[in-house]
Amino acid sequence: MSRLGRTRQARTAEAVARVLTGTVALSVVAVALFIFVYIVYNGIGALDWTFISEVPRDRGREGGILPVIVGTLYVTLTTAALTLPIGVLAGVYLAEYAPRNFTTRAIRLAITNMAGVPSIVYGLFGLAAFVLLAGFGRSIIAAALTLTCMTLPVVITATEEALRQIPQDLRQASLALGATRLRTIYKVVLPAAAPGIITGSILGLARAAGETAPILFTGAVFQMRRLPDGLSSQFMSLPYHIYAQVTSVPGWNRTLVWGTAFVLVAGVSIVSVIAAWWRSVQRRKVKW
Amino acid sequence: MTTPSTPSSGRRLGRTTTRRAAEAVVRAIIYLCGWMAIIILGAIAVFLMWNSLRAVQEAGLVTMLTGTAWYPTSSPGKFGMLPLILGSLFVTGVALAVCVPVGVAAAVFISEFSGRLVKEVMKSIIEFMAAVPSVVYGLIGVAVLIPFVRQFFGLDTGMTALTGGIVLGIMSIPTVISISEDALHAVPAELRQGSAALGNTRWQTTFKVTIPAASSGIFAAVMLGLGRAIGETMAVLMLTGNAAVMPTSIFESVRTMTGTIAAEMGEVVQGGLHYSVLFAVGLVLFTITFAINLAADLVLERQRKRWRR
Amino acid sequence: MVTPVLVSGDGTLVYNGGPVSATVPAVRDEAIDTTGDARGSFSLAGVSVAYGKDLVIEGVDMHIPPQAVTALIGPSGCGKSTLLRCLNRMNDELGNVHIGGTITLDGQSIMGKAMDPVELRMRVGQVFQRPNPFPMSIYDNVAYGPRTQGVRRRGELDGLVEESLKGAALWEEVKKSLKKHAFELSGGQQQRLCIARALATKPEVILMDEPASALDPISTQQIEDTIAELKSSVTIVIVTHNMQQAARISDRTAFMLRESLEEPAHLVEIGDTKKMFTNPDDERTESYITGRFG
Repeated sequence: MSRLGRTRQARTAEAVARVLTGTVALSVVAVALFIFVYIVYNGIGALDWTFISEVPRDRGREGGILPVIVGTLYVTLTTAALTLPIGVLAGVYLAEYAPRNFTTRAIRLAITNMAGVPSIVYGLFGLAAFVLLAGFGRSIIAAALTLTCMTLPVVITATEEALRQIPQDLRQASLALGATRLRTIYKVVLPAAAPGIITGSILGLARAAGETAPILFTGAVFQMRRLPDGLSSQFMSLPYHIYAQVTSVPGWNRTLVWGTAFVLVAGVSIVSVIAAWWRSVQRRKVKW
Repeated sequence: MTTPSTPSSGRRLGRTTTRRAAEAVVRAIIYLCGWMAIIILGAIAVFLMWNSLRAVQEAGLVTMLTGTAWYPTSSPGKFGMLPLILGSLFVTGVALAVCVPVGVAAAVFISEFSGRLVKEVMKSIIEFMAAVPSVVYGLIGVAVLIPFVRQFFGLDTGMTALTGGIVLGIMSIPTVISISEDALHAVPAELRQGSAALGNTRWQTTFKVTIPAASSGIFAAVMLGLGRAIGETMAVLMLTGNAAVMPTSIFESVRTMTGTIAAEMGEVVQGGLHYSVLFAVGLVLFTITFAINLAADLVLERQRKRWRR
Repeated sequence: MVTPVLVSGDGTLVYNGGPVSATVPAVRDEAIDTTGDARGSFSLAGVSVAYGKDLVIEGVDMHIPPQAVTALIGPSGCGKSTLLRCLNRMNDELGNVHIGGTITLDGQSIMGKAMDPVELRMRVGQVFQRPNPFPMSIYDNVAYGPRTQGVRRRGELDGLVEESLKGAALWEEVKKSLKKHAFELSGGQQQRLCIARALATKPEVILMDEPASALDPISTQQIEDTIAELKSSVTIVIVTHNMQQAARISDRTAFMLRESLEEPAHLVEIGDTKKMFTNPDDERTESYITGRFG
């Protein structure tokens, strides 16, 4: 074939590849857009004062979802309270203390693998360890501990990455002033890394709030007339509520279930977007 | 601790024994938290094995793994996991057929053919897709895909392996795109420039140089997508119909391992044989995903080393 | 190349079978005097440093007199900064660094268990090559050291901050904006802030590792003026690449050299700056200094 012909063929291949991959990318966008629009379109109609201020009636076919929202918040905040200290300290260990050896490599491997353990397996673990062995029963605390195990890898990774971006200079300056390693971390390094840590953690917690499988056997219930009144109380939860309505309520109320899905997706997305936006603002303020 | 007398030593805070002890305690806590990932992962493995013990003893590991009948509530119960394992494989196969080509092609487009603005927009969209909870994907599948599959293929029920697999594939797309994109992005610019200098077009460079160079990363992306698909619970539970029989085609109802645990654990006697068998299913699931993730991690690590130089 | 190095039980470096200091002819430092009540004098005897098994500095004998500026000069890679970091034990933070010989601060050993590095660093401050203020306000930067030492009273902190900023010749520029974020200052101001931060702990010695190398000429001038002001109250040890700077600001100059990559660096000569720059004893010193000027 002539050189010219080959060039022309290459150009055609280039154009075809562009169009083909572009179409696929566009179809992904279309699917995402469809999901977004579909949830909003079906869910927004349910939103009114009754929906967010009343308890469910007639097995969820009527009424509102107040205890569902409160339960989700309760579990998620408890999870945050447990995950943040452990995850941040673990991140500190990896970034500031861990020696470069086999054990550290094993810890990293464990973290990436924890992120890949199926959520239902966390549910089994939570049932065996927290509900039964530890004797918490099906409760907010048992569910929160289960979600903590699941969210830890996210918080640890976010913390370590944020700490690694802090220049070594700053640690040296603090140490040279007679500060101990711990004080240096606590007073200089952690505050400087806070935006990255907090945002990464919020993204992980937002995902935990939408998880169903880990809470199936650890404390979520189908129906509660009152709000949860403590860590040992059972709870209703947005994702579990959707699942339970669809699978075990004949003639489930489309509007209310989609409204619940809308509240869940909107809550998760809004919190995530705010967190990401806040981090980018903070990053722009401080340039190393 | 004795401090030599220096003029300002009155002001200086000596590091007292108490302070040193407090520091040692905090350091010990940090070390403990550092080890937490290994502790938890080990605890998960131990709890799964411990609770599966009765199932292994009474039902037998080989019998469970090769049995084709899953009648856990009949008496005596039959705990053949093969229908569940095959169910998971069918659904996962469909999911991979959806997410691998779509994910890799979209990643190639984002990394090689699009400008910064498009890149940023695509990233936000992918993040949104990843943030949607799986139960919501299940709900959308129930509302949209189940009726569609039933009508389009003229089936009795829309709850099939195909339905669950498609939704699972869509859910795995963000994982595949973002990791493939990272892999393509990590290919050094010199390599591309070298190819371009030889007179190759953008696509020739991508096809002959970039994609082969990033192949291990793309492979890892597929592995992680696979891990995510096998482990996913809620969407398949809501969409596959949950018939625990040996599947013969993707147009039938199937029941996955994850779906079985989720559906049955609520109704079993704690500590009973059925309970233990469900933990054994969890153990199989854990082992499979662990192996997949380990493989993906090793591949990614090797790639990182290669480009670090 | 890797030199076999062992650290013997008492902390001295042993190498090729004998103590390191015995294998090289020591440079006599005439200025050693341990009398006097001035604080902040270092004495180094047979100091050797090894990174892992790699001996990088060997047999340094040196006296650093109080309330004067001592400059460490020499080509890059000659171990000046490493030697400087021995004086406040910052080498400890790198891990895998072994130091042999003896170093005393005002007659007291600062080596090994004899000195807690944290307490040592309250007495020996450091200013780094690039300005490295903490990401906090100007006030909090300066108050960081005193707070570390347990000073909590607002009045005392205010006094220390003002005094330190004045000492670093920054007070007039920032006294109205102490709450401003330190990153809003210019590079030269940031470096003077770092000097103020080091001064606030009332150190006896301040170590400076090429403190002006990242700054423009005007800021460099300001830093040099500050150093001249400071030396009446504090000992200063400065590492510099800049011959003119060493000649301008220091009282004593030490010249270090690593003659080849196969052997560790050592101290060639130390003496009064004027003598070192006009009539050095060692011809290597002369050729280095003149080579740089020429």
